[in-house]
Amino acid sequence: MMLDPVILARAQFAFTVSFHFIFPAFSIGLASFLMVLEAAWLRTGKGVYANLYRYWLKIFAVAFGMGVVSGLVMSYQFGTNWSVFSTKAGPIIGPLMAYEVLTAFFLEAGFLGVMLFGISKVGRGLHFFATCMVALGTLISATWIISVNSWMQTPVGYAINAKGQFVPAGSWLPIIFNPSFPFRLVHTVIAAYLTTSLVVGGVGAWHLLRDRANPGARKMFSMAMWMAALVAPIQIFAGDTQGLNTLEHQPTKVLAMEGDYHPSPDGAPLILFGLPDNDEARVRYEVSVPHLGSLILKHDPHAALPGLSDFPKDRWPPTPIVFWSFRIMVGLGLAVLGLGLWSLVARTRKGLYTWRWLHRAAILLSPAGFIAVIAGWVTTEVGRQPFTVYGLLRTADSHSPLAAPAVASSLLAFVLVYFFAFGAGTYYVLRLMAKPPERGETEPPNVPQRAAGITPASSVSAIPLAGE
Amino acid sequence: MANIDLTVVWAGIIAFAVFAYVVMDGFDLGIGILFPSFAVGDERDQAMNSIAPVWDGNETWLVMGGGGLLAAFPLAYAIILPATYPLMIAMLLGLVFRGVAFEFRWRDPRHRAFWDGAFSIGSLVAAVAQGITLGAILQGIHVKADAYAGGWLDWLSPFTVLTGISVAIGYALLGATWLLWKTEGEAHDHARKLAFWLGIATLVALGLVSAATPFLAYDYWRRWFAMPGVLLTAQVPLLVIISAGAYFWSLRKGKQRMPFLIALGLFLLGFIGLAISMFPYVVPRSITIWDAAAPPQSQLFMLVGAVVIIPCILLYTGWAYWVFRGKVGSHGYH
Ligand code: HDD
Ligand code: HEM
Ligand code: HEM
Repeated sequence: MMLDPVILARAQFAFTVSFHFIFPAFSIGLASFLMVLEAAWLRTGKGVYANLYRYWLKIFAVAFGMGVVSGLVMSYQFGTNWSVFSTKAGPIIGPLMAYEVLTAFFLEAGFLGVMLFGISKVGRGLHFFATCMVALGTLISATWIISVNSWMQTPVGYAINAKGQFVPAGSWLPIIFNPSFPFRLVHTVIAAYLTTSLVVGGVGAWHLLRDRANPGARKMFSMAMWMAALVAPIQIFAGDTQGLNTLEHQPTKVLAMEGDYHPSPDGAPLILFGLPDNDEARVRYEVSVPHLGSLILKHDPHAALPGLSDFPKDRWPPTPIVFWSFRIMVGLGLAVLGLGLWSLVARTRKGLYTWRWLHRAAILLSPAGFIAVIAGWVTTEVGRQPFTVYGLLRTADSHSPLAAPAVASSLLAFVLVYFFAFGAGTYYVLRLMAKPPERGETEPPNVPQRAAGITPASSVSAIPLAGE
Repeated sequence: MANIDLTVVWAGIIAFAVFAYVVMDGFDLGIGILFPSFAVGDERDQAMNSIAPVWDGNETWLVMGGGGLLAAFPLAYAIILPATYPLMIAMLLGLVFRGVAFEFRWRDPRHRAFWDGAFSIGSLVAAVAQGITLGAILQGIHVKADAYAGGWLDWLSPFTVLTGISVAIGYALLGATWLLWKTEGEAHDHARKLAFWLGIATLVALGLVSAATPFLAYDYWRRWFAMPGVLLTAQVPLLVIISAGAYFWSLRKGKQRMPFLIALGLFLLGFIGLAISMFPYVVPRSITIWDAAAPPQSQLFMLVGAVVIIPCILLYTGWAYWVFRGKVGSHGYH
């Protein structure tokens, strides 16, 4: 059998971008968390914050490096595998991504060295500034790339020139602030914060189970549980408003997420379980709650909703994937909400550091953010199919002149290298996490020391070894 | 504003980004290439420490080059990348391995030898892939109806192999001279020896590539040797000879920083030579920068940002280098 190079190219893009996103999902949140820790340390002078800062900084260094190299791959994938898309959409998405490089990537990279290795080289204020710049860089990066992605979902403000390229019709503002951008940005950044707090909470819980007196473990667990309790409801609310927006702009995606093949003039049910089948245009083994679907999407149990069959079949996304990835995300979102509420109860009953089942649940949910984030992106991206630029440019018309053997072997190489290299990295991160945070946490190991010459005065008292 | 050709400005900016990438990541890839020749322990640690705080920023220029090309010359991006597909993948995978090695080698002392190997091989693969890509662009790409129309191995030829090896040698030269500047003790003495031999090898490579290029196509021949242009182009080899003399003199005199700066100068001359061969084509003999250009609205929109932001980037990048100025020690963990 001859493999279809387009399918291979799609698989390759999906694989590399999903892997890539795992790291930003963690480092966007972690960079902000580090900023908060350092600020707390500078304000209160309490050693526990300095220790936690150094503890998480070592983990950040490993994760960030993996984010950078996997991201580098992404910026070349557009050209290698999607050259027609690049030619046609380049005049619009290219400048936005160029701004991402200029305003975000350089900022992160420029200050990362000082953040990681400069603790004893520059003054406290300057070091804190570097941490802030890295955190800011991750957020700016998210803003631009989400704008690009959202424009592909809800393209506006374009004209089509003689060469068949999308070009800006006038102002850039409608392109940047396209209809789905604000929703997607909020939902994605909150997702990154939640993901990080679940990891931090899981690590804290792990060490509390071993030693409930460890001040670092207590502090991080408490901070993470505040995040989960406060942010999970916001995330659910954000997801709901985003769903409404998507219904307006990309109805086929929402209908696929809901599994609504047929129009429901008197209000749609909410399908809890089922196996959607595009060929038969129905959901098999359906378990559903009547009217709840319309209540969620229209905030009215009897509001009419269209069905996929109102649209030509060649515009349907692969429904089963979207249907299930959406349910995974929402299910995990509700589970995280549960964890947050539980922690609030524990807090009021003074059991936050002693309730072992709470700690076990936090450990169990510590990878939930990553899974939800990937499931969410799969919903978004697969739901956009069969288009790369929604409604305008089909995926089948976007690819490069590809040779199946080249794509197949590169896909295989990516899979092998990523699992090996990032697997090793994940193992190192887990090993760092397995060590409890201690007094006098050290800095990342490879601090370049100046052997000769004068040490700047500021460094002498930069960050003293942090005791309690 | 009306009579400034945005497209030429953008060609200049991208050329700048590529040059910045070549010299900055050049020296740290070069250190990777030379890594196996360094003694395990102190020497390797010094070499690694001298680039650990800056490699990410250096590599960002590669993202700038690729991203800038997509934004300002989408057609060129969409032709060159499919034409060099296996090279790009090899380069990216090489960069993955060497990028993660920076942290991993410290995290896992038991497998440090393995990650050192990954660092070195990854650097070498990336450098050779970049060199072959350069050669492939120079020798020409088969384009039909604004798309790549060749096979997936067209890039492979004796000429491209030559450019691949040459770029790796050139990067190694940058790496060795950088270490001369940043290290001391045995590492420093070793770097001095390497810098001498690599200086010779780089000049040979530069000579071979320059000699071969005009034979690729009559167009290159005419650009370099026809009157009156030759009066100008002849300055490039002349300057190369002068720089080469200055380079070996500075090595002899035991200068610390000068050899690195002169090596940068050599790269700049090579780059100017390339520009003479290529301008105004991005894909030689088929696509000019104007054919490939994004519409003026796109180029103008980016230019506004680039003019303000690139100087800021240079400022804070300079600051980051300054924070880590001076010689590095080998101290790791305490
Ligand atoms: C700049 C644009 C952009 C951004 C920010 C993302 N994607 Fe995307 N994605 C694409 C641009 C794109 C694309 C180039 O347009 C693809 C390639 C093939 C296709 O149909 O769309 C695509 C396809 C694609 C597919 C395959 C869909 C299919 O073929 O059925 C998956 C699973 C993802 N992406 C996942 C993600 C994830 C997890 C992202 C978050 C990091 C993400 N995408 C961000
Ligand atoms: C296909 C789309 C994407 C491309 C082409 C891409 C490209 C890149 C590149 C080239 C880098 C490395 C930058 C450097 O050298 O420092 C990077 C890192 C990063 N990317 Fe992406 N990216 C994509 C998707 C995303 C998304 C969707 C987000 C966030 C919502 C994101 C957030 C980040 C962040 C925060 C970093 C910094 C490194 C890290 O934190 O791990 N990226 N990306
Ligand atoms: C239970 C509540 C949740 C609801 C109702 C919800 C809703 C949605 C919807 C409708 C989309 C598709 C957007 C589109 O149409 O393109 C989406 C995407 C996404 N979701 Fe959720 N979500 C929830 C929880 C979560 C959680 C807990 C996370 C991660 C921690 C998460 C992460 C994401 C991400 C990363 C995307 C893709 C980016 C985007 O389009 O915003 N979601 N979500």
